[in-house]
Amino acid sequence: MSATFEPIIGRYMHLDLFGKPHRLYVEQAGEGTPLLCLHTAGSDGRQYRALMNDPRITARHRVIAFDMPWHGKSSPPAGWHEEEYQLTSARYTTLVLTVMAALELDRPILIGCSIGGRIALHLALEHPQAFRAIIGLQSGAHIDPYYDLNFLHRPDVHGGEVCAAIVSGLVGPDAPDKERWETLWHYMQGGPGVFKGDLYFYKIDGDIRARVAEIDTKRCPLFLLSGEYDYSCTPEETLSVARSIPGCEVSIMKGLGHFPMSENPEAFLRHLHPVLDKIAG
Amino acid sequence: MLEALKERVNADAALVRRGRYLTTTFLLQAGETSWLVSIFEGKIVSVSRGPFVMPSSSFALRASEAEWQKFFSPRPPPGSNDLMALVRRRVLKTEGDLQVFMAHLRYFKEALAKLRPAAGGAA
Repeated sequence: MSATFEPIIGRYMHLDLFGKPHRLYVEQAGEGTPLLCLHTAGSDGRQYRALMNDPRITARHRVIAFDMPWHGKSSPPAGWHEEEYQLTSARYTTLVLTVMAALELDRPILIGCSIGGRIALHLALEHPQAFRAIIGLQSGAHIDPYYDLNFLHRPDVHGGEVCAAIVSGLVGPDAPDKERWETLWHYMQGGPGVFKGDLYFYKIDGDIRARVAEIDTKRCPLFLLSGEYDYSCTPEETLSVARSIPGCEVSIMKGLGHFPMSENPEAFLRHLHPVLDKIAG
Repeated sequence: MLEALKERVNADAALVRRGRYLTTTFLLQAGETSWLVSIFEGKIVSVSRGPFVMPSSSFALRASEAEWQKFFSPRPPPGSNDLMALVRRRVLKTEGDLQVFMAHLRYFKEALAKLRPAAGGAA
């Protein structure tokens, strides 16, 4: 048996964010139009492993995924041990734009899932000129909390176990076991309180219902793809966003859940390829 | 509805192992019918069907019979495929000491998914 390597290259990038030095982990593969990938709450860039390993995508795209601060192999900034991590719309927007500038990405295609799909709507509204196109996965304008988020971060409940158990049913029924449990493993590895801190953006601060209809798809094309089995951001919520934005293209992916690119890469790529083809013109 | 729970859970060594720090009694209600499920170190000790005079349990899961029937179907439709999906639609009421429920959430999801015909276990 011989070892093989994937084409993905990972490096650590140092940059200032919110007035503090940060060390961020960035992965990339391929050459061509930059395709910047945003992971879900409480997870990391490994969710995009299939896109970076798909020759059809990497032949024409430079696929980039970074772990947000506090996530994956990106550290929290010095002093983190005295802070409560909380993601806001303003910080998330700054993070994405700062990383883009640091990597000198010229109008990338943005693809983001869940919280990444939500900030995609914020960016489509506020910074359409910065992107060639935006693809929102599991994009909704707002989600009301439906369980007590405090359970995600308290010493008498194991954080890794509960975060994965909370999201396990969001994986669609047809996901191959290997990819289902890879996806859940990422959740099990999250730092204490990080998933909860991301959900502050998702369920409280990031509400964009009042403004989402102002997105101008002539300035930046917007594609929304949502899995049928997602009960966090339901297909109805994605369809409602799509209906309110003229020119927005939307597709509900049968059998898929909340983590399409990670839970069932093969099925998801069948939905993604036509969108990337269309963006390429 | 819950009659097969004891045998199916106890036959799954990995599930019992994951529940080795779980000893509790919880109540599951489907419409008018209730069951008390007693667990000792991950093994189901008893499943008793009500009515009860003074049921005592750490927490209770209450939903209509129709919602549980959908949840226990071989391929539940979207919105019925997971306990948290029922919670999200506000059709499953969780009451009592939910620390026990949340600390062992994977166990409870996988144990109840055992009641699906031909279910492998992963909820």
